[in-house]
Amino acid sequence: MTAAIAPGAIRRAFRHPSFAIGAGLTALLVLVALVSLIWTPYSPYEIDMAAKLAEPSGGHWFGQDQLGRDILSLAMAGAQNSIMVGVIAVGVGLTLGMILGAIATAEGGWVEELVMRFSDLTFAFPAILSAIMFTAVFGPGIVVSIIAIGIFNIPIFARVTQASAKAIWAREYTTAARAAGKSRARITIDHVLPNILSALTVQGTIQFANAILWEASLSYLGFGTQPPHPSWGRMLNDAQAHMFDAPWLAIYPGVAIMLAVLGLNLLGDGLRDLLDPRLVRSR
Amino acid sequence: MALLDVEDLKVSLRTSRGMAQAVRGVSFQLERGDTMGLIGESGSGKSITALSLLGLLPEGAKVEGHIRLDGRELVGRPEAELCKIRGNRIAFVFQEPMTALNPVHTIGRQVAEPMTIHRCITHGAARAEVIRLLDRVGLPDASKRVDAYPHQLSGGQRQRVTIAMALACGPDILIADEPTTALDVTIQNQILDLIGELVAESGMALILISHDLGVIAENAARMMVMYGGSVVESGPTAEVFRHMGHPYSQGLFAARPKLGAPRGEQLKTIPGTVPELADLPTGCPFSDRCGLVIDACRTTPPPAMPVGPDHVARCIRLDVALANMAVAR
Amino acid sequence: MSVFLLKRLSTFAATLIAASIVIFLVLEILPGNAAEIILGPEAHQDQIDALSHKLGLDRPAPERYVSWVGGLLSGDFGESYAYQTPASDVVIEALEVTVPLSVIAVIINIVLGLSAGVYAAARHNKLGDVGVMALSQLGIAIPSFWLGILLILVFAVWLGWLPAGGFPGWDDDIGDALEALILPAIALAVFQAAILARTTRSAVLEVSREDFVRTARAKGLTRRAALWRHVLRNAMIPIITIVGLQFANLFVLTIVVEPVFSLPGLGMLILHSIANRDVVVVQDVVMLLVGLVLVVNLAVDLVYAVIDPRLQARRA
Repeated sequence: MTAAIAPGAIRRAFRHPSFAIGAGLTALLVLVALVSLIWTPYSPYEIDMAAKLAEPSGGHWFGQDQLGRDILSLAMAGAQNSIMVGVIAVGVGLTLGMILGAIATAEGGWVEELVMRFSDLTFAFPAILSAIMFTAVFGPGIVVSIIAIGIFNIPIFARVTQASAKAIWAREYTTAARAAGKSRARITIDHVLPNILSALTVQGTIQFANAILWEASLSYLGFGTQPPHPSWGRMLNDAQAHMFDAPWLAIYPGVAIMLAVLGLNLLGDGLRDLLDPRLVRSR
Repeated sequence: MALLDVEDLKVSLRTSRGMAQAVRGVSFQLERGDTMGLIGESGSGKSITALSLLGLLPEGAKVEGHIRLDGRELVGRPEAELCKIRGNRIAFVFQEPMTALNPVHTIGRQVAEPMTIHRCITHGAARAEVIRLLDRVGLPDASKRVDAYPHQLSGGQRQRVTIAMALACGPDILIADEPTTALDVTIQNQILDLIGELVAESGMALILISHDLGVIAENAARMMVMYGGSVVESGPTAEVFRHMGHPYSQGLFAARPKLGAPRGEQLKTIPGTVPELADLPTGCPFSDRCGLVIDACRTTPPPAMPVGPDHVARCIRLDVALANMAVAR
Repeated sequence: MSVFLLKRLSTFAATLIAASIVIFLVLEILPGNAAEIILGPEAHQDQIDALSHKLGLDRPAPERYVSWVGGLLSGDFGESYAYQTPASDVVIEALEVTVPLSVIAVIINIVLGLSAGVYAAARHNKLGDVGVMALSQLGIAIPSFWLGILLILVFAVWLGWLPAGGFPGWDDDIGDALEALILPAIALAVFQAAILARTTRSAVLEVSREDFVRTARAKGLTRRAALWRHVLRNAMIPIITIVGLQFANLFVLTIVVEPVFSLPGLGMLILHSIANRDVVVVQDVVMLLVGLVLVVNLAVDLVYAVIDPRLQARRA
């Protein structure tokens, strides 16, 4: 369990290559987003038509886009966007999914059946498709796309919760707790949730990466973040129009998405290995 | 020249705590028709010894010493040549019949497989022989069951199938690693009797691995007791049972459940637990659990001391141990 | 077998019906009447009402739902408002691009993913394994639409080997048409192949640790022969699930990749139809995709029973 982390555990964790690289890249993502809140080389909104599509130079390391905006500043500010999307979408999915999954396992019977059938139904709608339908109904925009991604995350977390919680309910100590007269809700809070936390953490990290990927796709298609708000997907959409005259525009936002997703996925893999030693060998 | 000659075999395994010596200098010889029992607790090195004869050790294992089959060295032989020996000259029956068979192939196909590998015949041509083998190992209705899948058979029937598989190429040596441990008690003797019959019939040599003294007593002419990777006692089975020399062997003997023991009498246990390979003491491996231990036990590994004809035990307190045993009887 | 089949088919049908209701209801609240969009912002309210009536938009919702589903079942996909043609024509035209695209992508995915996964498992913990696993992490992290852009940059802009986008149609030169699909198919397949490689590797490694593989080795099979004869067929069970689900996923992900290459397939169709408020086409396409996902899930379950003889027994 994560409750007490020995100092040796942290040292061992950073010797785990996936975890070390993943944690490093994730820290970088957060750092860039935080720095961009107070400082970027130029304002990401500052238009300079005289320097449109300027190549990378000493003043503008990554070059300038079709409106003369500084690519480095836009890419830095884009990190904020991705983190916000990830935090909110995973937060919504994790909270609601965990509650649904925990209730389903604690109650069992038709409640469990209902929750599981509901997640089956949601799974029939691929994430990107439902997100597009949502934005079609409620209009494109960052809030709508976050909610759409969050809703798709609910059944994922509900299933992880249900599957792990079921295993905990089958253990002797929950039976003992019931025999001692504890209520189902009490047992869920005291025994079940602390024990499934690591499974949810791992899933949360991986869904965070997926949320960044989906949001970038939606923004690329014009359904997500709307201009002039900086976003990596949107930048790639702009870059595609200038593939022949300014191909470098298409590089940096893509690399940013890739590193963010890579970092979070590696972090998730590393956490899975470290939090569940039984799985180390099989990976 | 012996059929199988194992000399000073040492095996190191890679563990999470570095290399650990799982087998520490085992030597024995086997002739055609010999039956040898290998007894010890789990972790004593008996299975690793057996697997090293086939070169089927886990990845990263290091083998030293000699294993000679008809005088030809097997240690360090290329994998391709070892493949020609496995299943052909030396065959194996594993402990778990439930998992030792591939669930997606018919049993006929699996029994025929060694023949297709070593005898260059097709599955179709092997069919008659497969049915004969299945019939011989006592699988009822063999000609129909040949196309069954493993899940359609009981545990005992599956173990009969794995025995048929081991016999397919008429091996010179059969290694049976706890062949009855996973089976119902009523089936155990049937399977052991079957193995005994087959060994007598074909004249192959048998290495029978068990943690059960009773199984060894009834099915092996010679025996070796292993502890902590070493053979602590070896000799003709009857001789060893008559004068059990090593305190560990005596402990095993005392710990077995006895019929007709007075009600309420407690089973004797050996104090302590089997140490991890990496934690074994430098001297006698059993010194930390032995009641007769003296300082000298802990410093150097004990030499083989004669107990009787062809019967040795590695214990420097042998005289005391034998005297205790005589009193206990 | 039949009880299992019956149970499985009834959940399939129930989910399908539930999904169709969800799709209908969600698009029901889609703001903006199709008639308004078709006629443009200057249209008079009378004109809009007249067109709405002609399109049947003023009928009550349950009635429209029943006629939509009834139509789908009898092969009538309704009328596209935007194109003024039967929706089935529009959808079939899009499928002529998307189906070949997905099939090529699935083939690339299977060849690349399976071989990389088996190779990595065979070289477990060696350099080849670590390399394949590192590459697969990159493959999972690369957004497919960005990979599409990179492929265009390299193979169309710099090297000039393949077209940057567009689709010439199947009527003229089949070679040209296939050429137009190669880069999009790679862009679609890489992500899936990365996942397939990881699944294959862990499935093969898991089966390799089974006792029966040791039995096979004790019979004298070489490591390689044991892998081919005993490990792979058992490892196929999880692999087939993934490949099946991936086929459905590939179909859906064309939504993101087709715009990169301006391919007039299903993905472009749904994006245009949403922009045009062409509700009938959106409904049809979404239903088609969701139906595909459900059919694939069903098929995967049924294929299990064929591969694994144990399941037949358990369900009998």
